[in-house]
Amino acid sequence: MTVQISTAAGRDRFVGSAVSRVDGPAKVTGLAKYAGEFAAPDLAYGVVVSSAIAKGSIRSIDASAAEAVPGVIKVITHENRPATSDNPEDYQDAVAPPGAPFQALATNRIVFSGQPVALVVAEDFETARYAASLVRVDYGVVAPRTDLAAQAPEAYDPPMKRAGIKPPPEPWGDAETAFDAAEIRVNGQYRMADEHHNPMEPHASTVVVEKDGTYTVYDKIQGVSNTHDYIASAFGLKPEQVRVLNPYLGGGFGSGLRPQYQLFLAMLAAKDLGRSVRVTLTRDQMWSFTYRSEALQTVSLGADRSGKLTALRHDAVQGTSSYEDYQEVVVNWSGVLYDCDNVKLTYSLAKLDTPTPGDMRAPGAVTGVYAIETAMDELAYATGQDPIALRLKNYTESDPTEEKPFGSKALKECFRQGAERFGWSRRTPEPRSMREGRELVGWGMATGIWESMMMQSSAHAVLTADGRLEVGNQTGDLGTGTYTILTQIAADTLGLPLDHVTTKLGDTTLAKAPVAGGSWTAASSGTAVMKACRDIAEQAFKLARGMENSPLANADFERVVFSNGRIEVTGDPSKSVALADVLKATGTQKLEATGEAAPDKDFAQQYEAYTHSAIFAEVKIDEELGIVRCTRVISAIAAGKILNLKTARSQILGGIVMGIGSALHEESMLDHRIGRFMNHNLGEYHVPVNADIHDLDVIFVDEEDKANPLGVKGLGEIGIVGVAAAISNAVFHATGKRIRHLPITPDKVIGEG
Amino acid sequence: MLIDSGSPGGVGTIGITLTINGERRELQVAPWTTLLDLLRERLDLTGTKKGCDHGQCGACTVLVNGTRINSCLTLAVMKDGAEITTVEGLAGLAHREGTNSLHPIQEAFVEHDAFQCGYCTPGQLCSSVGMMNEGHAKTRDEIREAMSGNICRCGAYTNIVDAIEDVMQQGGAR
Repeated sequence: MTVQISTAAGRDRFVGSAVSRVDGPAKVTGLAKYAGEFAAPDLAYGVVVSSAIAKGSIRSIDASAAEAVPGVIKVITHENRPATSDNPEDYQDAVAPPGAPFQALATNRIVFSGQPVALVVAEDFETARYAASLVRVDYGVVAPRTDLAAQAPEAYDPPMKRAGIKPPPEPWGDAETAFDAAEIRVNGQYRMADEHHNPMEPHASTVVVEKDGTYTVYDKIQGVSNTHDYIASAFGLKPEQVRVLNPYLGGGFGSGLRPQYQLFLAMLAAKDLGRSVRVTLTRDQMWSFTYRSEALQTVSLGADRSGKLTALRHDAVQGTSSYEDYQEVVVNWSGVLYDCDNVKLTYSLAKLDTPTPGDMRAPGAVTGVYAIETAMDELAYATGQDPIALRLKNYTESDPTEEKPFGSKALKECFRQGAERFGWSRRTPEPRSMREGRELVGWGMATGIWESMMMQSSAHAVLTADGRLEVGNQTGDLGTGTYTILTQIAADTLGLPLDHVTTKLGDTTLAKAPVAGGSWTAASSGTAVMKACRDIAEQAFKLARGMENSPLANADFERVVFSNGRIEVTGDPSKSVALADVLKATGTQKLEATGEAAPDKDFAQQYEAYTHSAIFAEVKIDEELGIVRCTRVISAIAAGKILNLKTARSQILGGIVMGIGSALHEESMLDHRIGRFMNHNLGEYHVPVNADIHDLDVIFVDEEDKANPLGVKGLGEIGIVGVAAAISNAVFHATGKRIRHLPITPDKVIGEG
Repeated sequence: MLIDSGSPGGVGTIGITLTINGERRELQVAPWTTLLDLLRERLDLTGTKKGCDHGQCGACTVLVNGTRINSCLTLAVMKDGAEITTVEGLAGLAHREGTNSLHPIQEAFVEHDAFQCGYCTPGQLCSSVGMMNEGHAKTRDEIREAMSGNICRCGAYTNIVDAIEDVMQQGGAR
């Protein structure tokens, strides 16, 4: 697949263009291997037996029938489980929330439905699966608490805050009094559903026992460093005894941030048996760890008749598990988005007998922005304003929660370009005023926001005498396009053709980098790769200048460009030398360098960094059937420099699709009597399928940002934020019915809402 | 070539012959082994993916005698004598001479960025070829409907439809 690059030689030849994914050929031919697909000699298969109850204890467990099946190697339960570290802190992974992480098979106590109670290891998968069905467990059942609304009165302010998660800011002004005194008041309670990530690749780990007694671990994780350090500490191994790889990830969306129990069990069995073991979870077991916990939200907006906000309150109560205080930023967005003199934002947690919730694409923002952006639409109607005009009236150029200006914020341009492309001016604002055949038509819009972050990361680069470059680090490519953008950045920095650059990711033998999450990877790993390549450029230049009769003899580093595999004097292509010739002429086998990237502290002291979006959605509704079709979405994104127009667009399209799921389809339904998610399969948990998705369009608005040398702000989350609100607002416009509980399913459209 | 599959448990094995990606293979398989597990766990053809094992996601889609099926819902012994094409053999369908080129649908998926993580992709590709062989879907709406058995959680649907449309305009599948 060749793609024409329009820009001339020089800097940014590939960066900013629309080159195809460099890992594309591997993925379309089936050659890309995922964690549960790596072969090992004498591989044994582990199948997990899941708890049938949500809370209580195992009275007895009878594995004799399973053990009697020919081909079964061992059944591991809490009764015969080999010892691992007895220090709970050793199970704290790099992104764990405060609390004591779950340890599989540690005791007879059951703390969530689907908790692993046994691992059946057999010579082949079918035998393990069959034997797992023969394990008999006698439970002592305790009534579980899984109803968030019932637990909300017990909600508490988490005593330990989660690292990297800003608690709500101190209130300013007097929101209560101002709300009571406001000319126009809007007050609503908003609910979402619990959602499960459901990446297409179920979580899997293959632990290979090497001849020298070390372990090679293939794990479904968004950053191999997290798995590596977790295994080393939990199993008391030296760092060099474990190598973790995960070159490809079959989707993560946050579910692969923390090491999950299939990894622990595969490692436990492999170490115990001295034999390579693979454990792959079933699709229904994908409901037995991490999920997006719904929140009970109340938003109260007070405004004057012109729509200027005078009071803003946003409260959220969110579920967490019995053993960890998972937290996300839910309410702060309201304070960051709008200018208001009286603001109070509050957030608390309620304990539930479920697994610990976890980050799912734009954690917290999807939840909180849905509520504030629906409330703003209600305020638009209450004040007779156009929704965009209302947002512009309350627009802020600085972050009120930190009293600092934004490093960049091209949201106004998102409104303008998005509205124009969508045809917003043709909207008649009255509900039920637009119709097409037997369907009501609704147009709604909303704002999206996500924090732009950067993490300490490194990258290593090696240029060899054949003019080829290899770069890489430990982070993972979830399908986001990291392989591709790092290849583009490296190629541009050293002026090499794309096919001379190889990027390696997801291996603990590579340069240190954190998990991929939070939309920080492009900025962090991208900057590290650029710095490593820049270092090599400098080394190469020094060698070149020292060559006999060097055409660069009188040049200095700032006055040369790297282009077409050559170093040339800026503006004088006649004075140039090929990189490969430099290495050959100087007898250099290779040049290598490690680049380090970290957040710019000076910048962070002066500015706040966020990405923004404006989402415009069209729905068509057959009122008799209650079916909502989302027929059109346009998302205008302000996210700094766009490194790859093709993969960036895909990131946003994916966010929109998951947002449509959130608005109209996705709902994990708990039966509170038994504390279990009942629709734990893809037939009953509805994610959007192809027929649900119609016309989607993405606009990238120009935005210059200086938080990092690349000007990148991150794209992984921003695409989903606000989509559910835009659709929900469109449903109101179509029907005149304000449904404040996602997903908007036919029963709610037809019924009371 | 003889390969034992899922034999223990006292259930015994049954001899079958499959032609997989043009290669005839004699296999001994247990009756409880699905075509999907046979491909992935015994024949190292891991291109075909397991997403749900219940026929709900389409990641395991392969072509059997040119028809797309969910290989997770198919016992290997049911397909004795059949011709199976997996993602690893798609290029071979288009290029019988054994060149290294991709099938047009594979090229179109790369060009239109019709995937992100790549895990549903083999199923989407086989399903696309099967759908084009069926010949029913002509419009974008019909393609969307006919491709709705293949879930893409990364949300590449519009790009998938673009890729398929592109190939259909070029003259369809082979």
